[in-house]
Amino acid sequence: MKFSDQFEQRFAEMLTHYPTKRSVLVPTLLFVQDEVGYLSDEVIEEIAQRLDLTELEVRNVISYYSMLTTRPRGKYNVQVCTNIACLLRGGEELLEHCETKLGIGHKGTTADGLFSLEEVECIGACSWAPAAQVNYDFHENLTVHKMDKVLDEYKKRATQ
Amino acid sequence: MTDLVSHPDEVRVVSKRFGKGATNIDRYLELDGYKAVQKALGMQPDVIVNEVKNSGLRGRGGAGFNTGMKWSFVPKQSAKPKYVLCNGDESEPGTCKDRLIFEHDPHAVIEGVMIAGFAVGSTTGYIYIRGEYRYLLEIMQKAIGDAYARGFLGKNIFGSGRNFDIYWHGGAGAYEVGEESALMESLEGKRGIPRIRPPFPAVVGLWGGPTVINNAETLASVPHIILGGADWFANLGPPKNGGTRLFCLSGHVERPGVYELPMGYNLKKMIYEVGGGIPNGHKLKAVVPGGSSCPLLTADEVDVSMDFDSMMKAGSMLGSGGVVICDDTTCMVKFALRIMKFYRHESCGWCIPCREGTDWLEKTLTRFHSGGGLKKDIDNIQYLSENMLGRTFCPLGDAAAMPTISIVKKFRKEFEDHLQGRPCPFEKEGKIEQLPVMAV
Ligand SMILES: Cc1cc2nc3c(=O)[nH]c(=O)nc-3n(C[C@H](O)[C@H](O)[C@H](O)COP(=O)(O)O)c2cc1C
Ligand code: SF4
Ligand code: FES
Repeated sequence: MKFSDQFEQRFAEMLTHYPTKRSVLVPTLLFVQDEVGYLSDEVIEEIAQRLDLTELEVRNVISYYSMLTTRPRGKYNVQVCTNIACLLRGGEELLEHCETKLGIGHKGTTADGLFSLEEVECIGACSWAPAAQVNYDFHENLTVHKMDKVLDEYKKRATQ
Repeated sequence: MTDLVSHPDEVRVVSKRFGKGATNIDRYLELDGYKAVQKALGMQPDVIVNEVKNSGLRGRGGAGFNTGMKWSFVPKQSAKPKYVLCNGDESEPGTCKDRLIFEHDPHAVIEGVMIAGFAVGSTTGYIYIRGEYRYLLEIMQKAIGDAYARGFLGKNIFGSGRNFDIYWHGGAGAYEVGEESALMESLEGKRGIPRIRPPFPAVVGLWGGPTVINNAETLASVPHIILGGADWFANLGPPKNGGTRLFCLSGHVERPGVYELPMGYNLKKMIYEVGGGIPNGHKLKAVVPGGSSCPLLTADEVDVSMDFDSMMKAGSMLGSGGVVICDDTTCMVKFALRIMKFYRHESCGWCIPCREGTDWLEKTLTRFHSGGGLKKDIDNIQYLSENMLGRTFCPLGDAAAMPTISIVKKFRKEFEDHLQGRPCPFEKEGKIEQLPVMAV
């Protein structure tokens, strides 16, 4: 499988950071996922081979980490926190609003493949609650109105 | 970029470079950067350990163990390499302080890791940052790269003839990986299942070598201790609780934000003066004083000093610095349910009391909150939580049980109010969840 030069560079560098090859596994899976969109059978086979692991060992690790997925997601993954600090400031209403607006539920993806939605645990934005992440971007001190604007912005970005 | 706040009562130590452009290494050097490391290079390891011990610095990750003491457990001689591991997994609900440190002052963490390394005789450090914090991983990568480029890291650092390497590492979403032994498993490329202790990481850690694991805020405090001295740091707080803390105010409070206050600051003052009190004319009902794992305090219990020992005496914990404030519109059953949902989701599933306990508690609380509760459920929730305490393989089980027990005990009436065959009295409508009743 072919990955980007940037990935290959980072992968090669990371291998020099640890006494065992396997140690690069968790960050590597996330970096590959960022490029490919999800951890396909092909990706898993490739990574397993590179790190002298069995595919089962790699799958075992994937299933543990909440950010890793073996199924395709939308181009923009909207992650709304509903944990305690966000709960107190309208996190659940925000999630419901996203569900209605996008027409999908937890871990769903819109038909055009643009958005997927996830209810997530604390993302470290408690003092700026309610908060959400779209892919890696933080959006904080949200209201339903602000969330609309955020989603519209991503939609516009995708069609440009 | 996160919003920064300020208050006249703040004592800025760890946050003193926040908002000052210190991610830039030249700017960092202007702001006393890398002076502590150079000073520490001239100190004997035992002197560094004692200085940190005497400063009263206690772990900011949650448990509050004396940092210098922890370092002193690392054996002097070791056949295997020794390591320093910075815990930047920050995932305890209510906590968002390490994020600010990485965002504004990444070189302070690097210095902290190096000084810890000098103290225990290690030449390699890892900085683990949770996967969601991608922009911080990038900031950290750049900071480490800049430090290498200047000869602050690598071979013959500062011309001292000594070597030190630091590597970044990213997670991929898991609260449990913040637990120190699970953190090492994750760094070794495995599922985050905790290890049995003893042996403790200070003796057998990463790849079998002695390993010091500290929270990012703990390590970022160390350079200030080296420069300012143990006495200065110790005197910022009450006895045995040196320094300051980044307190993350959130929830129903007028001015939420991360404030650096002296250890031992009064919680009531923190809520009403620093945080500006409860918005919209509401009254305080409850406070989570240090992240979701801590027993809650009621409005009557908040006149308390925020240090490790006073909080313990008050029946709770100082924890991770996450202060979550609930006003009188909060349904405490719902609050307990949300906390349990989190722990059920994050339980690694390794041991039965935690795996089964959190699952049953979430089911029971869901049914109960929706209006399908039975009187015996209230005692069952308490019984089940109490039986998890101290019986799990790692402290996540305790973390799930402690807030739950406190909520049932302190807000029992709210549970009873839910028993009137209707959904939550705080919510207008809702459907009753048909979930099984546990046979106890
Ligand atoms: C379930 C669980 C999650 C934890 N998460 C974190 C975390 O995200 N960050 C952290 O620094 N410590 C966390 N800890 C505490 C660590 O196990 C460890 O005590 C700490 O990193 C030690 O550093 P300190 O002495 O500087 O606090 C967690 C503990 C448990 C039981
Ligand atoms: S207490 Fe929970 S998280 Fe800890 S080992 Fe047991 S199942 Fe895993
Ligand atoms: S509780 Fe939502 S970001 Fe922490």
